Amino acid sequence: MVKNIISRIYLFIILLFLYAPIVILMIFSFNDSKSRAKWNGFTLKWYESLFSDPDIKKALYYTIIIAILSSIISTIIGTLAAIGIHNMQKWKKIFIMNVTYLPILNPDIVTGISLMILFIFVNLKLGFTTMLLAHITFNIPYVILSVMPKLKQLNKHLYEAALDLGATPLYAFYKVILPEIMPGVITGALLAFTLSLDDFVISFFNTGSGVTNLSITIYSMARRGVEPTINALSTLMFIVVLILLFIVNKRTSKDTN
Amino acid sequence: MKKRWISYPYLLWMIIFIIVPLILVLCFSIFISTDNGLQFSLNNYKRFMEPLYLKVLWRSVVLAGISTIICLILGYPVAMILASKQMSKKSFLLFLCILPMWMNFLLRTYAWMTLLEKNGFINKILSFFGIGPFQLLYNNAAVILGMVYNFIPFMILPIYSVMKKIDPSVIEAAEDLGANQITVFKKIIFPLSLPGVFSGISMVFMPAVTTFVIPRLLGGGQFMLIGNLIERQFLLSGDWNFGSAVSIVMMIIILISMAIISKYDKEHEGGQLW
Amino acid sequence: MAENIIELVNISKTYDSTEVLKNINLYIRKNEFLTLLGPSGCGKTTTLRIIAGFEHPTSGSVLFEGKNVNSLPPYKRKVNTVFQKYALFSHMNVEENIAFGLKIKKLDKKTIKEKVRNVLKLVNLEGYEKRSIDSLSGGQQQRIAIARALVNEPDVLLLDEPLGALDLKLRQDMQVELKRMQKQLGITFIYVTHDQEEALTMSDTIVVMKDGMIQQIGTPEDIYNEPKNAFVADFIGESNIISGIMKKDCLVEFNNAIFKCVDKGFGINQPVDVVIRPEDIEITDKDSGIISGIVESVTFKGVHYEMIIKTDSFSWIVHSTTMHPPKSLVGIKIAPYNIHIMKKVVE
Repeated sequence: MVKNIISRIYLFIILLFLYAPIVILMIFSFNDSKSRAKWNGFTLKWYESLFSDPDIKKALYYTIIIAILSSIISTIIGTLAAIGIHNMQKWKKIFIMNVTYLPILNPDIVTGISLMILFIFVNLKLGFTTMLLAHITFNIPYVILSVMPKLKQLNKHLYEAALDLGATPLYAFYKVILPEIMPGVITGALLAFTLSLDDFVISFFNTGSGVTNLSITIYSMARRGVEPTINALSTLMFIVVLILLFIVNKRTSKDTN
Repeated sequence: MKKRWISYPYLLWMIIFIIVPLILVLCFSIFISTDNGLQFSLNNYKRFMEPLYLKVLWRSVVLAGISTIICLILGYPVAMILASKQMSKKSFLLFLCILPMWMNFLLRTYAWMTLLEKNGFINKILSFFGIGPFQLLYNNAAVILGMVYNFIPFMILPIYSVMKKIDPSVIEAAEDLGANQITVFKKIIFPLSLPGVFSGISMVFMPAVTTFVIPRLLGGGQFMLIGNLIERQFLLSGDWNFGSAVSIVMMIIILISMAIISKYDKEHEGGQLW
Repeated sequence: MAENIIELVNISKTYDSTEVLKNINLYIRKNEFLTLLGPSGCGKTTTLRIIAGFEHPTSGSVLFEGKNVNSLPPYKRKVNTVFQKYALFSHMNVEENIAFGLKIKKLDKKTIKEKVRNVLKLVNLEGYEKRSIDSLSGGQQQRIAIARALVNEPDVLLLDEPLGALDLKLRQDMQVELKRMQKQLGITFIYVTHDQEEALTMSDTIVVMKDGMIQQIGTPEDIYNEPKNAFVADFIGESNIISGIMKKDCLVEFNNAIFKCVDKGFGINQPVDVVIRPEDIEITDKDSGIISGIVESVTFKGVHYEMIIKTDSFSWIVHSTTMHPPKSLVGIKIAPYNIHIMKKVVE
């Protein structure tokens, strides 16, 4: 009993440590003063200035467009890749999976600068396209890793059963294989979307010509010092992430049941 | 299903955007352009061996190491509490512990900037008691704090998922054989949780040692870790060759340590982050 | 004699230089229940998969009603398969699973509903249409898998160890039911199993396989009573297998004694394998048997006692309804027609 209470207190302290900064940030996003210490009354002016800031609006636009495009493209390429890789001979599979792990294991900064070198090397102007390509590149491995376990769980006779019942290979893929691995595909897509929304380091090195995302904007604002509009932005982003995670969580808990 | 060709778009992508870029980095690190065209040279690696840069590497490793140890000390009990069966609402509490991980990394770091600032929240509270203000930002402690805050979920999660898999009857068997709670922890729970500890250590240490955002924002501009060194070579000094050499060294160190850790960590692959 | 529905002619199959099927020749008659029986790795599942069209023979041909179907993909063959772990589509409910093949054939909705209902009745799962696959027990999933295959009215139903995952009692019930369905529907069943009891219970014809080769084809009675070699004898039921020497026609020496038998045509002094079923050995007083030995152990098996009787050169397994206590000296007698003489298998 005592042990239980100590456990709860300890957990509470850790959660306080984790959430206090975020909560304070969120509270001060409604503070009618530039200071982070004094409460001058409730205001929404930081939200107003956030929504009227053209830089932030542009960054938000690019962040979302790139997150949507990169998650869709990486989900398609990654799902097909996972199926193909799943059916490869062992040593080929091991080799390809090891290379696939590279962008996950490698420090983001190395992935970032290596792609930047590539783009500059082939004379591709840094900007929207390069950022999109970079995002797809780091998203695909996560999609593959989300789909792979579903393929491993898949009864290997399922596809044969469909053929046996008269389905053509294409029909069997759409009606049987795809629906069976769908939870993994959707998890992968949501994961890719979230990672893309959140990415800073890789985007930082692979963008230019005025194309930025929210992370980069926050970085450049934060470098200049503390700025209450960032608080407002944090609050909004936290809520969005919360909603996204809620959906992902619902899904994963549903298929573990 | 023997349609291997459907993975070919990815294989092409993998070659162009994963393999080729890394080869380019390698090339930049070992070739320098002279008047007679490209020449093989290890000078960039030699330069990294200079005390100035070795100190940067050393500082990065030490700060990341301290952060990792703090994460382990703080995070292990959390994982253990969450994995214990008495806890109600376990999955919700776990969710709370890893939720901050999904909040924008920069915002989390920025949050500490506003707290630690000269006229920030903490100094204001201290001044209420008549102490301070202190310069809390721009020092080692602030960087370590930022690392611990950002990366502690990466420690909790893998340890938790390994502990959760420990068969309760193993613990009961130990108790049945006369082990008290301390012995059960020392001889059963801790050894069985080691795979999670190893992957937790790697998942905290790797990003901590390579980050350049935390030292830049919480350590101030003059504060240099290896990540900042690389960033600077590419974005400020334009010395790609040296920057590539540093990247290669860092990559090799990390991949080797990953390989060593994964030897201890066969069954568990980095924890489920989603 | 009914006509052959499937013929396998000189089928061989090689995977990465290991030969899993060696020159298989097999004729399957219409409406028979044929079982491919053998230990794991004997090639029985590969044979089935070649018939289904999932594997292609390295050489040889598969004939359906006399026509070569080697290059016909599985979805064009008039056979359906019940898979080992059922391979049910977990994202569909029972009805959708069963209707899968019918929808591909583009039957109208009413007919599909009707057929699904009828086949569910056949497998004793009426009213299960809307249930999800995950909510069914192993035995019920098994029935759905059978229903899903049968609803397409295949000429031949292939079953790949379909009862392997069920517990003993359920397995015995399903054996009876499968046999009933086969009789009722009058279609050919090709059944793969490693369980000899299952094979004996259900089959019209048993094909015993080992190392990619057919060892014996025959009715359950033939296979049990007249095993062609020591492997078959050992695989089908318990057997005492002992080396012997043929003295002349109808006279064989083993266990240091001469026995009368009914086999002819072996050479004089030819080494042979002698196979005797444990229940065919008669225990007598220590003096009235042909050979004698000491009872080493006795185990009660329900219907009978199993005794190990040690003679000077062999340990015999004997089944008998009367118990002889351990350490007692007994005699052994074997009737001539219960002694099966086989050519020695050259390993």
